[in-house]
Amino acid sequence: MTAFPSLADAVAALVRDGDSVAMEGFTHLIPFAAGHEVIRQGRRDLTLIRMTPDLIYDQLIGMGCARKLIFSWGGNPGVGSLHRLRDAVEHAWPAPLELEEHSHAAMASAYAAGASGLPCALLRGYIGSDLVGQHPHIRFVECPFTGERLAAVPALRPDVGIIHAQRADRAGNVLIEGIIGVQKEVILAARRTLVTVEEIVEDLQPPSPNTVVLPHWTINAVVAVPHGAHPSYAQGYYGRDNAFYTAWDAISRDRDTFRAWMREHVLAARADDTVSGAAVEVKQP
Amino acid sequence: MSGERVVTRGAGTTAYTPTEMMTVTAARALTNDDVCFVGIGAPSAACNLARLTHVPAITLIYESGTIATKPDVLPLSIGDPELCATALATVSVPEMFQYWLQGGRVTVGFLGGAQIDRFGNINSTVIGPYDHPRVRLPGAGGAPEIASACGQIYAIMRQSPRAFVPKVDFITSFGHGDGGDHRRRLGLRTAGITLVITDLGLLRPDPETKELTVTAIHPGVTRDQITQATGWPIRFATDVSATPPPDSHDLDVLRDLLARTARAHGTTSAAGDGST
Repeated sequence: MTAFPSLADAVAALVRDGDSVAMEGFTHLIPFAAGHEVIRQGRRDLTLIRMTPDLIYDQLIGMGCARKLIFSWGGNPGVGSLHRLRDAVEHAWPAPLELEEHSHAAMASAYAAGASGLPCALLRGYIGSDLVGQHPHIRFVECPFTGERLAAVPALRPDVGIIHAQRADRAGNVLIEGIIGVQKEVILAARRTLVTVEEIVEDLQPPSPNTVVLPHWTINAVVAVPHGAHPSYAQGYYGRDNAFYTAWDAISRDRDTFRAWMREHVLAARADDTVSGAAVEVKQP
Repeated sequence: MSGERVVTRGAGTTAYTPTEMMTVTAARALTNDDVCFVGIGAPSAACNLARLTHVPAITLIYESGTIATKPDVLPLSIGDPELCATALATVSVPEMFQYWLQGGRVTVGFLGGAQIDRFGNINSTVIGPYDHPRVRLPGAGGAPEIASACGQIYAIMRQSPRAFVPKVDFITSFGHGDGGDHRRRLGLRTAGITLVITDLGLLRPDPETKELTVTAIHPGVTRDQITQATGWPIRFATDVSATPPPDSHDLDVLRDLLARTARAHGTTSAAGDGST
């Protein structure tokens, strides 16, 4: 059964210290509200997985939640650096951060392999790139049919997959549309799954038979969090807050300014005012 | 814009900046038949200027999965709502990289980067040693496989000795390696970098050595300026042409695009800059 707990209860039940956690959303539908709740609950030693760490992982890293980052592009899109990520890598502040760095093609394929139940993904990738050899998770194999040398990366199977989506119905079936990124793959690859949605509706009303719908039995918990992807966006609900992405550059550049912003806007906020009391049943596939 | 040289060329309504010259020249490299994988920032400005001027039928693809997109304003990120709303189709990111890019459907990849070297290798990962970087850059994104899977690569970067170095600190995206037939030896069958558009001129790999060589110079720019702005003793091709200046229509369309973009993003500085 998909549970409909409060966000606080969902994170408490599904995200544990030391977990590997993938919060996905390729620019679109980034689960900021869920990430903020992970910060409020003080999770530590997480291995954070995300193709584009974006502001949400900058915040998690700056608040000391992460031990390791698996990623493929760590910038503030169109603006510049993620300063908290850089500070962790360049100065080990607030803690050292181990990097496992990939290309987008490799990470997308690794999620698809995780969703497919395969141990690894193959791609024609990393040719001539110095990313090879920086960590043990980029290797090469020979195609048994043609002899072509192909890159192999291990499948991504996060302990927890978290995404934001447009809406769910009362059974917990989830609809996603627009730039769908790796939203489907991360839910099918993860051991435990949490989806925040803009709204819960009687009827999903998919606009096309090909709309991405994740069945309720692939999801442990669904939480309605309107505006839960802000400052990223939810197609059909609200646009990307590009002005905030630009403003983040100044907020995050200085450690004290960053901490003050997080205290005011994240730590002092409550995920929601009511505690649902709904139990979250955790399936272990 | 950081690093903009405070000079203009031409006079009256056709006066322009070196960055405008770079963007207009980059746009002119594209054709209607191109299927172009677009990097964010300067490449995105050039590709959309091309689409809005001389190649309306060009197919622009962004790695967020948007195919044949026609944004009215430049996206700040690679996955802005504008890209999806104006696309012919939007596919998942695994599909984008597996079927469309790796499948060989893209004729041109348009990249930027922090550093490029004399053989067209691009660094967008670190300045300094990987384990103890002086500057941690955003990283690879789609670039390594864009650089190997697209038919050819155009790069657009402002020319300076810091950016145009003898050898990059880190090869994020393989260009021509150590030069010569290095791509062939690695099994690559695509052309790799064939054109670098800068604010000073055009660089192309020498047909034999693959060393980046000046083949065109922008109006008002001297050979000495180009030499001073390059971190290796740069060579000039036997026939160096003069790049035609932007015409007033190109400049009007570009300026309108950047002004619309700045208004849409709530910023005072125009896009068309920034990182990949």
